[in-house]
Amino acid sequence: MSSVLYDAPGPRAKRRNVVLSVVFAALLALLLWWVWQVMDDKGQLKWALWQPFTTSEAWTTYLVPGLLNTLKAAALAMVIALPLGALFGIARLSDHRWVRAPAAVVVEFFRAIPVLLLMLFANELYVRYSDISSEDRPLYAVVTGLVLYNASVLAEVVRAGILALPKGQSEAAYAIGLRKGQTMAGILLPQAVTVMLPAIVSQLVVIVKDTALGGVLLNFTELLNARSTLAANYANVVASFIVVGIIYIVLNLILTSCASWLERRLRRSKRSTGAVLTAEDVEDLNPAHLGGAAPDAGGPI
Amino acid sequence: MTVKLTVFSAVGSLVWGTLLAAMRVSPVPVMRGFGTAYVNIVRNIPLTVIIVFSSLGLANIFGVTLGAADNFAVQGFRLAVLGLVAYTAAFVCEALRSGINTVPVGQAEAARAIGLSFSQSLRLIVLPQAFRAVVGPLANVLIALTKNTTVAAAIGVAEAATLMKTMIENEAQTLAIGAVFAFGFVVLTLPVGLLLGWLGKRLAVKR
Repeated sequence: MSSVLYDAPGPRAKRRNVVLSVVFAALLALLLWWVWQVMDDKGQLKWALWQPFTTSEAWTTYLVPGLLNTLKAAALAMVIALPLGALFGIARLSDHRWVRAPAAVVVEFFRAIPVLLLMLFANELYVRYSDISSEDRPLYAVVTGLVLYNASVLAEVVRAGILALPKGQSEAAYAIGLRKGQTMAGILLPQAVTVMLPAIVSQLVVIVKDTALGGVLLNFTELLNARSTLAANYANVVASFIVVGIIYIVLNLILTSCASWLERRLRRSKRSTGAVLTAEDVEDLNPAHLGGAAPDAGGPI
Repeated sequence: MTVKLTVFSAVGSLVWGTLLAAMRVSPVPVMRGFGTAYVNIVRNIPLTVIIVFSSLGLANIFGVTLGAADNFAVQGFRLAVLGLVAYTAAFVCEALRSGINTVPVGQAEAARAIGLSFSQSLRLIVLPQAFRAVVGPLANVLIALTKNTTVAAAIGVAEAATLMKTMIENEAQTLAIGAVFAFGFVVLTLPVGLLLGWLGKRLAVKR
């Protein structure tokens, strides 16, 4: 699309583009070189700092357990949040005001609060009112925070997914005499699930990223926390940050490409209704932000 | 403190995000590549990692103190703004790019037909329309940013999350404190969402 913004370059524009390319590349190279120099200056490029990552010890004692904890928390949060989210999403579509209104209040409330506050709060509640051992508590708190937040986001996803289906689907179901519950369970939900899959997978990226919060503030031993013990051990702060950053990037890129692959597949397949829900469409459903909606905007944060 | 963090980071990320979006649609391949790489990398790193790195890595190792070496609180604040800007700009860039895509092709074609250059057509024709189209998505980014400022607690900036943590540890009424902070955030984010949603509807280009 963006190529419409400029013509196919003529000889002068070509020359100008080459000059701009060279200048920009030179600037980038200069920046990289400067970063490299500074790192060298501060002795961050010494092989001793990077060497630990080539041994299996750094991986087996720190990074892999951390990564596993990250994945564990993310998976737990997703598995618990999904049914909860579905429940609230369907409740928000209910015909009865006394079901719809409380569900809407709960969803909007938890969507408006930072996950971090939810985690801290859950942690404190567990300290006071439960006898969960202090080893397990961070995991419980992190998962609770993530579940509360993501269940409400997923509720919106489910609602958007069901609303994205053509109206004829539910009308046809009513016409052949199905009841509301049957329509939902037999006709709408199965189709909505395929429609929602890309949005759900991209929500997983958000969950994975948010587990890192628990590492710093609740001492939950996930990847970022494992990094600090590792860095304390080998005194390689910068190197460990770069390695952990790469792990996160790879993990999330896999998830993102999974989501876009699913999306492409669903758009192609003839059996579906052709309605596909990406994470962006969900945000647009928020009554506060209707209008001025641009499709394919940004993705969830 | 939360509000201050939000405002500074919002302005910073809007500028940096617009620049990134301009790079991503520009005719120069190197700029396009840089923009794409930046967005893909930053979007996939947790904000927590970025903020903690800006404190531990930038400040402690490289000595980037942003002119506040002696004052730890100010330094933490500036580093937090830096991290938030770097992170949020990627999302602003994506929102803007999608906005640019919603501007009808005819607009850009007409701009080219009357002889405007790339930067002229982007500045005068496409971006003004794109901005009006993405007020809604940008509002979502702003709300997410407001919530994300709590992450700055990780490097000890005295914003809402830090405050709540210390208060909860010192006082007995956990529930009440939690409710107050939750309410505070609802008050912060809900009007912003409503206001910008209304603004977005008003500003939307009628087609």
